[in-house]
Amino acid sequence: MPMEQQGEHIVRSYDEQLRKVRDMLARMGGLAERQVNDATVALTRRDASLAAEVISRDAALDQLEREIETFCIRLLALRQPMASDLRFIVAAMKVAHDLERIGDYARNAAKRSIIVTQQPTLGSLNGFLRMARLVQENLKAAIDALVNDDAVAAERVWGNDEPVDDVYNGIFREMLTFMMEDPRNITAATHLLFIAKNLERIGDHATNIAETVHYAVRGDSLPDDRPKADSSAYAVVRPPE
Amino acid sequence: MSTTFQASSGPTKDAAVAAALGRSRKRSDLILRVLSYGATAIGLVLLASILVTLFAKGFGAMNLSVFTEVTRPPGSNGGLLNAMVGSLIQVGLATIIGTPIGMLVGTYLAEYARGSAFGNVVRFVSDILLSAPSILVGLFVYQLLVLPFGGFSGWAGVAALAIIIIPVVVRTTEDMLALIPNTLREAVIGLGAPKWKMIVTVCWRAAISGIITGVLLGVARIAGETAPLLFTSLGNNAWSTDLTAPMPSLPITIYSYAGSPFQDWIELAWAGALIITLAVLILNILARSVLRK
Amino acid sequence: MSTTSESAMNDAAPPATQSFGGMQARSEAVINTTSRISVRNLDFFYGANKALKAINLELPDRQVTGMIGPSGCGKSTLLRVLNRMYSLYPGQRAEGEVMMDGRNMIAAEVDLNELRSKVGMVFQKPTPFPMTIYENIAFGIRLHEKLSKSEMDDRIEWALTRAAIWGEVKDRLQSSAMGLSGGQQQRLCIARTIAVRPEVILFDEPTSALDPISTLKIEELIDELKRDFTICIVTHNMQQAARCADQVAFFYLGELVEVAPASQLFTAPREKRTQEYITGRFG
Repeated sequence: MPMEQQGEHIVRSYDEQLRKVRDMLARMGGLAERQVNDATVALTRRDASLAAEVISRDAALDQLEREIETFCIRLLALRQPMASDLRFIVAAMKVAHDLERIGDYARNAAKRSIIVTQQPTLGSLNGFLRMARLVQENLKAAIDALVNDDAVAAERVWGNDEPVDDVYNGIFREMLTFMMEDPRNITAATHLLFIAKNLERIGDHATNIAETVHYAVRGDSLPDDRPKADSSAYAVVRPPE
Repeated sequence: MSTTFQASSGPTKDAAVAAALGRSRKRSDLILRVLSYGATAIGLVLLASILVTLFAKGFGAMNLSVFTEVTRPPGSNGGLLNAMVGSLIQVGLATIIGTPIGMLVGTYLAEYARGSAFGNVVRFVSDILLSAPSILVGLFVYQLLVLPFGGFSGWAGVAALAIIIIPVVVRTTEDMLALIPNTLREAVIGLGAPKWKMIVTVCWRAAISGIITGVLLGVARIAGETAPLLFTSLGNNAWSTDLTAPMPSLPITIYSYAGSPFQDWIELAWAGALIITLAVLILNILARSVLRK
Repeated sequence: MSTTSESAMNDAAPPATQSFGGMQARSEAVINTTSRISVRNLDFFYGANKALKAINLELPDRQVTGMIGPSGCGKSTLLRVLNRMYSLYPGQRAEGEVMMDGRNMIAAEVDLNELRSKVGMVFQKPTPFPMTIYENIAFGIRLHEKLSKSEMDDRIEWALTRAAIWGEVKDRLQSSAMGLSGGQQQRLCIARTIAVRPEVILFDEPTSALDPISTLKIEELIDELKRDFTICIVTHNMQQAARCADQVAFFYLGELVEVAPASQLFTAPREKRTQEYITGRFG
């Protein structure tokens, strides 16, 4: 349920400016989604030129982040926002930062996928597809929650990171297995491992965005301990005898 | 659709109408300006002619004996000393008696009776007294103090002048106290001060220069009063500081001398008129400088 | 005698723990401190017009309570109930309880002069008395205490020092207070108020007539004064309430809509009306 509808500000240009922030965020969110999507497609289809496109488009995200940040700072200085407006503007800056990071991960994944295309194929990459789909869903939901001031949706996204972690753990084990099977796989497997890590980080940022949205709308923070299932930090493999 | 757009797109002016309106505006402006300037000029000319005559004749008649000799029969080179002293005594006593009464009444009106019905009555009566013909005051005191006590006296003159100055002081005191912002009163009360202390130590102090100005203007007014003295202190051609006897005063002396057929008396009347005018002028200047401070 | 001031008027709880960023800690501090004034179920009438409706508010000891709200919402009225200023005006009356030191201060038998020596007030426009700087401060002290000349001098220096104006006026104590600048006059008025050594100081929009620098000096002063005094400040400037106050109360149409720690009220108010007012959406 979105928070009860708020009235317009007495100063109408303030409303317009806040709307502009929202629009810029929506645009940036859309761009970030597309970057993540294209990076995954480039990997699974072994499409180096699409990957190159993703890399070059990242500058646009960086640019947008700077614009949003500058605009928000201006609003803070000139409007002295309070309560929900204050939370929204601060959230906008944080979300812009998260989206920029997401863009960086997507670009990094694209870079690595170019190298991966030059290596022998490893397995089916189904795990990557699944993971990318989960991450994109979360990212999209988080951005929708932001645009619609929907704290409930945000909370749902926030609790929805576990499957991503599960898939990531699976990929982690899989890649280690490839490397153990044949040292020639190590290059591709390592890059793929990093790509998986990038996707996993993107998922984390999506939950960050959801947390921020929840705070912006409700004014209270979600609990510190988010459901997590990334156990790769403790993963150990034994080389074959 | 296009017309409404036209209407909302900003004011459009018909040049001819605007010009016609402008002409009529200028005409009205000119008429009113001529009338105001004209009326002011008439007033100034009259005032100037009075002053010029007064100064010319008054200075001509002025000499040391005016200040050193008492009034004498015509042709015996008298002065105005007794009249001036009589005026000073009566005006001085009237001020001393009238000021505290006026201040207290004004304080009552401003501090205690604001908005109360009785206060409004008092204010109304005081304002009537302020604009009442002064001869009525003279008649009143005549009935009150002259007839019962068997004759004209300096005290009766003092009483009449005091009655005239009281409403002046009442008015200025109330006005000056009303100018004090309420927050200043609340600030005093807020420190835990009782109301009388607030009035005496802060309100009066804040209003004092205005009140002094009012008193000075009142003094200037009663210094020139003739009518009330006619029925009270009457006038006296001899030296007298006895308040129970008829007492001389400048306005009365001017009144009787100016109407006399004797040239030297008429000249003394001019001198007396100039002295009163200068005294009133000085009081007014003094009042202004006090107020500015 | 010169030190005076703290005079241990109250054995209150330990000073509020200030923490940065942790609104939780701050809000607990507000709740934990003892209450200096408790307003309970207070109604106020201007004639037949009810200006305050069933107000319940605690003023925590040695904390700053800010009161905000649109004009005519009753915040200034409440302030004027706390020191019974309304008693000056016939037709104004209060019903309910304003408890201080176990007594109901709006009861008829309360000695108003004594109450006002405990609950001082600083007004919107500086109100220096038309006398010397020294006399301005001495005036209030003489109403309640008999001090020797040297004690009086010490007390005046103490008050002026606490009001952060001693350095500016110490060489001209005998000149008229009317010659001071607006900001100095206001600090003089604060000095005059604390010279009486009240327990509570009420500020009624104390900086609305001052320039921004003088305003900041007064705010710094308020921050400093809350070590010893319980402070209540009415302001139209929300940023000022945010800067000065520990807890903030929002009034609307004679009702107390919400009271919360400043850090909470200005970031995440609970009530919709508060939210709309502080974000500028009232219409």
